[in-house]
Amino acid sequence: MAKRIEVSGLHAYYGQVHAIEDISMTIEPRSVTAFIGPSGCGKSTFLRTLNRMHEVIDGARVEGKVMLDTEDLYGSSVDPVAVRRVIGMVFQRPNPFPTMSIYDNVAAGLKLNGVRGKGKLDEVVERSLRGANLWNEVKDRLSRPGAGLSGGQQQRLCIARAIAVEPQVLLMDEPCSALDPISTLAVEDLVAELKSQYTIVIVTHNMQQAARVSDRTAFFNIAGTGKPGKLIEMDETSKIFTNPTEKATEDYITGRFG
Amino acid sequence: MTSDTGVESSVAATSAGAAQRRMSTGRAGDKIFANGALGSGVLLLAIMAAIAVFLIWKAIPALQANEANFVTDQEWNPNAAPPTFGIAQLAFGTVISSFLALIMATPVAIGIALFITYYAPKRLASGLGYIVDLLAAVPSIVYGLWGLTFLVTKMDDVAVFLNDYFGWIPLFGGDSVGGRSIFTASVVLAIMILPIISSISREVFAQVPTANIEAALALGATRWEMIRMAVLPFGRSGMISASMLGLGRALGETIAVAMVLSTAAGISIHVLKDGGNTIAGNIANSFAEASETGRGALIASGLVLFLITLIVNMGARAIVARRKEFV
Repeated sequence: MAKRIEVSGLHAYYGQVHAIEDISMTIEPRSVTAFIGPSGCGKSTFLRTLNRMHEVIDGARVEGKVMLDTEDLYGSSVDPVAVRRVIGMVFQRPNPFPTMSIYDNVAAGLKLNGVRGKGKLDEVVERSLRGANLWNEVKDRLSRPGAGLSGGQQQRLCIARAIAVEPQVLLMDEPCSALDPISTLAVEDLVAELKSQYTIVIVTHNMQQAARVSDRTAFFNIAGTGKPGKLIEMDETSKIFTNPTEKATEDYITGRFG
Repeated sequence: MTSDTGVESSVAATSAGAAQRRMSTGRAGDKIFANGALGSGVLLLAIMAAIAVFLIWKAIPALQANEANFVTDQEWNPNAAPPTFGIAQLAFGTVISSFLALIMATPVAIGIALFITYYAPKRLASGLGYIVDLLAAVPSIVYGLWGLTFLVTKMDDVAVFLNDYFGWIPLFGGDSVGGRSIFTASVVLAIMILPIISSISREVFAQVPTANIEAALALGATRWEMIRMAVLPFGRSGMISASMLGLGRALGETIAVAMVLSTAAGISIHVLKDGGNTIAGNIANSFAEASETGRGALIASGLVLFLITLIVNMGARAIVARRKEFV
């Protein structure tokens, strides 16, 4: 299920603005890769280039190559919709569909993929909610609105929705930044469980979180306002946090910067 | 000693007074605003009540003089002696022409709104939106003229075609179909209510949170699937409100309908037939030469129109409220 991502020479733009410059990296399957860096350094933008969500914004475009195993995601014959079906995404703010029930939220992606039949849907919804550690809390109220859950539950609902379609890769854009510490812990535990099956990439502002959940960490930085973001260093998480190669990384993680 | 205290207390009093004045300025503003708002609300209710009382007052003598059943009778002869008139045909014509207009206009209006918000290139979108809004500014008499001089002649053929091939649908059945029919009036009404439905839907669609749109896209939804998952459910109550505003305009539309229809008596489900009438159209056509009783009768019909609008609006609210917890 999990696949490797290889990025080479990737640039992203918003209209005339050069947002990220020349990024190359390998993201290993069945592991958690964390992106850290100051605000505006392009880590979220980079994350969104990985499932072609970047180009959803008006005027946004991408140059370079993103390989999912052997397939170039930016190949001319590749449909972005198909890419997004195999690379799931969890956003910064929980965004369950407000007009759908808990059940329908989880089933939304399946229905897009043409899965019909109540038996099959019931099974996947239960499995996904269990996978997101939410089943016990919501099993008696699956027909209630998803937006009625607490923030942390909503975020786990969004994770359930993303894993219901069994993606190859799961991208998480600061998934805990709107959550309290208990909910954060629940999501982190979940990430640790999910990495046995998925390739997980997580953007975070919380360095402890990166240290806790990730196997590898990439540090992004910008030279100044208006300059494009760059990948400074990527290595084993333990190395990044104890003995980084670059001075900028050390300054950032020790808090002397940003 | 005493004088000292007196000075002190007077100073204290002055500063307290100043503070109070400053605060009370704020309170006065609050009060003026609150009373102003209350006054506006009360004024609206008072005007509504005054209109209702006036209409009922004027309608009662005519209704008392009426020799026929006001609710069920299909003839409208309030100027005859004795006066006989009933609202049935007019109410039927009003409702069916407005609903036909709504059925024709809503899908097109929502399609335009979706195209402008989610499909069209930016420059085209703003131009198109402007043109649609312009349609709303055309006076209804112009629609009436256009309907009478252009559409009626063209609709003759359309009516014959529909009658020939879809005559098995009761709505399009019957004989002696023609252009000055309820159906033509509905088409004119549909064009008239299109801009209001479209521009309100557009506003609502533009407010769909980016988070919902991206949630759908990130799941691998195509643009249309995204619209179905995120945009339409979010815009549902807005679309219903927009349709109801459009329906309200269609129900009350007077001059365009009066010009297009060739008045003929009798309720008929065959909307392609020449004839038919609506409450508002009837008022426009007959008010000038109406007798005292005739005017009372027309005012009574106006009350019925008011009632229909009220029922429609309440129905719409009930639909919107039914799934409120999800919105």
